[in-house]
Amino acid sequence: MLTAPPISPWIIFFASIITSNMIFSNFLGMCSYLSVSGEYKTASGLGKAVTMVMVLTNAINWLIHRFVIIPLGIEYLSNIVFIMVIAALVQILEMFFDRYMPDLHAKLGIFLPLITVNCAILGATLFMVIRQYDFLQSVLFGLGSGLGWWLAISMLAAIRERMAKAKLPPGLSGTAISFIITGIMAMAFVGFSGIFTIQ
Amino acid sequence: MPVESNKSIIKRNMFTENQVLRAILGICSSLAVTNNMSNSLVMGLGVTFATALSSLTLSAMRNLIPHRIRMIVQTLVIASWVIVVDIVIRAYLPDVSKQLGPYVGLIITNCIVMGRAEAYAQKNPPLPSFMDGLFAGLGYTMVLLIVSFIRELLGFGTVFGIQVMPESFEVWTIMVMPPAAFFIIGSMIWFITARKIKREQKGGK
Repeated sequence: MLTAPPISPWIIFFASIITSNMIFSNFLGMCSYLSVSGEYKTASGLGKAVTMVMVLTNAINWLIHRFVIIPLGIEYLSNIVFIMVIAALVQILEMFFDRYMPDLHAKLGIFLPLITVNCAILGATLFMVIRQYDFLQSVLFGLGSGLGWWLAISMLAAIRERMAKAKLPPGLSGTAISFIITGIMAMAFVGFSGIFTIQ
Repeated sequence: MPVESNKSIIKRNMFTENQVLRAILGICSSLAVTNNMSNSLVMGLGVTFATALSSLTLSAMRNLIPHRIRMIVQTLVIASWVIVVDIVIRAYLPDVSKQLGPYVGLIITNCIVMGRAEAYAQKNPPLPSFMDGLFAGLGYTMVLLIVSFIRELLGFGTVFGIQVMPESFEVWTIMVMPPAAFFIIGSMIWFITARKIKREQKGGK
């Protein structure tokens, strides 16, 4: 049951940025992706915070799943455990930054609470469990997924900033046009498929 | 606050304030599972069940939960109901469960469930909260079925897995791929918002 798929961790890393992008092919983290993409700087800050939390939660959740949940045979509780780990980790990170790195806290602090309910984070953990990655694979999958999410939200924010002055039909501006832009970007990303495959 | 009538709860959740199209909540799963109608149906009913029962539970507990830690309590209650959904789907519909993959577990972070708990259940008595959650979930299911109907019909030529298009029909591969989900939901939001703006202008506002 615990055999990891025979894929190089680096393939997983690149595939999770490009071909299995969190936004464009797994549709995870859409809520904050749509609502925080009005301004490039803010979007990029959130992207950085998501990347960092995703790497850490994937590492911690892998260890907990492997050394606590499986030996105790409590797989049915794993979802609760994962979400508590994410919430606790975000809280600890916020306190840590506040105490030791006030500059970074001023930049990323406001985004941290948002991350607890970002489904991309829990999604990365669940994918890692379902696909039975080993530790290195999980960490690189977390890193790649985070970078891919950061890339996607930065691109959308950059486009939306330039579109802010464009004249659109009433009703299309705001959320609807973000969906259409994302669809077009997703079509571009479909072009990468076939370079790597992980599933 | 007077208790809302059932009729108004139904109308609000299904149409005027539809969670997906008006509030833009629960988008992740509505994009991800809609390339197939039976998956969408199972997912929609799962979300409906989880939303209705979490709203009921949280509303019954609403005077016992300290305000400061209510988010954690809400998350725990929601996670428990989602685990029930996950286990039931895994036991009775193993194939669908495999196809839905992590998205069932992800109902925990589905903003609709949390949104109804935060916006409605903590201020209202259990029964209306249950109805509110139930119809918020059904409104979501309705949108899911519309999107998946378009995608499955054009992408595979089938409805619920039954061939309806003639043999000569050329399937639109794009419809089963991710971009189509964005285009369809984007256009639906455009349509609904445009209609609302028009109605407001006609109303003299």
